[in-house]
Amino acid sequence: MVDSGPTALERFINGILPENPTYRQLLGMCPTLAVTNGLKPALTMAGATAFVLICANFITSLIRNALKPHLRILVFTLTIATFVTIADRFLQAFMPAMSKVLGPYVPLIIVNCIIIARCEVCASKQPVGTALADALGCSLGFALGLASIASVREILGTGCLLGARVLPEAWPNWGIMVLPPGAFLTLGLLLGLVEWAGAARKKAGGNQG
Amino acid sequence: MNHLVDLLLIAVGAAFINNFVLHYFVGICPFIGVSRRVDQAFGMGLAVTFVVTIASFLAWFFTWFVTRPGAPVTAWVWGLFAPGSRTVLDLSILNYLIYIFVIASSVQFVEMYLKRFFPALFKAFGVYLPLITTNCAILFACLEIMKHVSGVRDPAAAWGLDQALALAVFGGLGFALAITMMAGIREELDLCDIPEPLKGAGITLLTAGIMAMAFMGFTGVDRGLAAFLR
Repeated sequence: MVDSGPTALERFINGILPENPTYRQLLGMCPTLAVTNGLKPALTMAGATAFVLICANFITSLIRNALKPHLRILVFTLTIATFVTIADRFLQAFMPAMSKVLGPYVPLIIVNCIIIARCEVCASKQPVGTALADALGCSLGFALGLASIASVREILGTGCLLGARVLPEAWPNWGIMVLPPGAFLTLGLLLGLVEWAGAARKKAGGNQG
Repeated sequence: MNHLVDLLLIAVGAAFINNFVLHYFVGICPFIGVSRRVDQAFGMGLAVTFVVTIASFLAWFFTWFVTRPGAPVTAWVWGLFAPGSRTVLDLSILNYLIYIFVIASSVQFVEMYLKRFFPALFKAFGVYLPLITTNCAILFACLEIMKHVSGVRDPAAAWGLDQALALAVFGGLGFALAITMMAGIREELDLCDIPEPLKGAGITLLTAGIMAMAFMGFTGVDRGLAAFLR
């Protein structure tokens, strides 16, 4: 490689905050909105996505020299689909209740843009170690994004977090928060908040991000 | 008659009550990315409807004849190798791989076909066609069909081709409706004074939230419709 770009460690850190897949790149929106009505499904989803992302990046990086340019997207998606099948069967076998809750969104990991983007941008050009670090960072960033949205929605919608009471009993549950519109509203407002915080830091003379 | 009512209920459910974008959150990427202008959004909506119909047809075909438990083609091939065997084969573990293959190749096929026979339409669709491969709405429609073909206990309740196509066509049209409405609103929003941090994706998501609330008004329409028609 002529230009190796950022090192493995930089890629790992980049994925978590500076290039957070949810807030910075707006990737993988379907699960971000669909499974964040509670923290538990959100974390399970993040775990499944992390598994698929790490495995797919690993395999793609191993076969990067044998890839034909015009077939690469197909190879990526078939690799991803294989690991998604494994993750889906695993969830069905060991966490049947959670598998029911997540429903079609586990197989929909196949078309999660984050994974294809990481395969295309990083894993198909970098050695295995770098690709793994990149995948780990991105998974953590994605988990962070999902968890933040899910916490806001679960706390405001039910007054609980992971089933434990957080807000006083007198809290009127904002039912809309756990329904589809709440997902759009929460993500929209959180995005605005992140943008606002970033702009405020830049104005204060801090470095970018 | 009952069958027609079923089809109508599936269609209304897919287009309005459980709208792909506003209820299931699939196809969010183009919904946010390509909803700047009405004509582009409408083109994207039509392209998705087009591809989802073809992909769903193929997905139903493969699920019904090859991968569902006891599917005829698989049983026939197995019979060639092991005559008289009573094993019921279930290839549904291959479903996801087959669907993604079917979607990718049907997008490719539609692209080539349009380029050859409808160059004007091909130009209008432009970059959106290849993007559709990774559009979750298409895979989601295939998964719904899988759920109703190979996931059901009672074989008589499994969806036929007509039901699968009703879901696909009207789900696609529901997507086109939502994205065109969103583009119309965003064209107006361009003239508004929006707080700086919310510009772009933020205000789009908030608008989508309000649209989703409006679409929640359709909840229960299917039950009323069923009671009225039956």
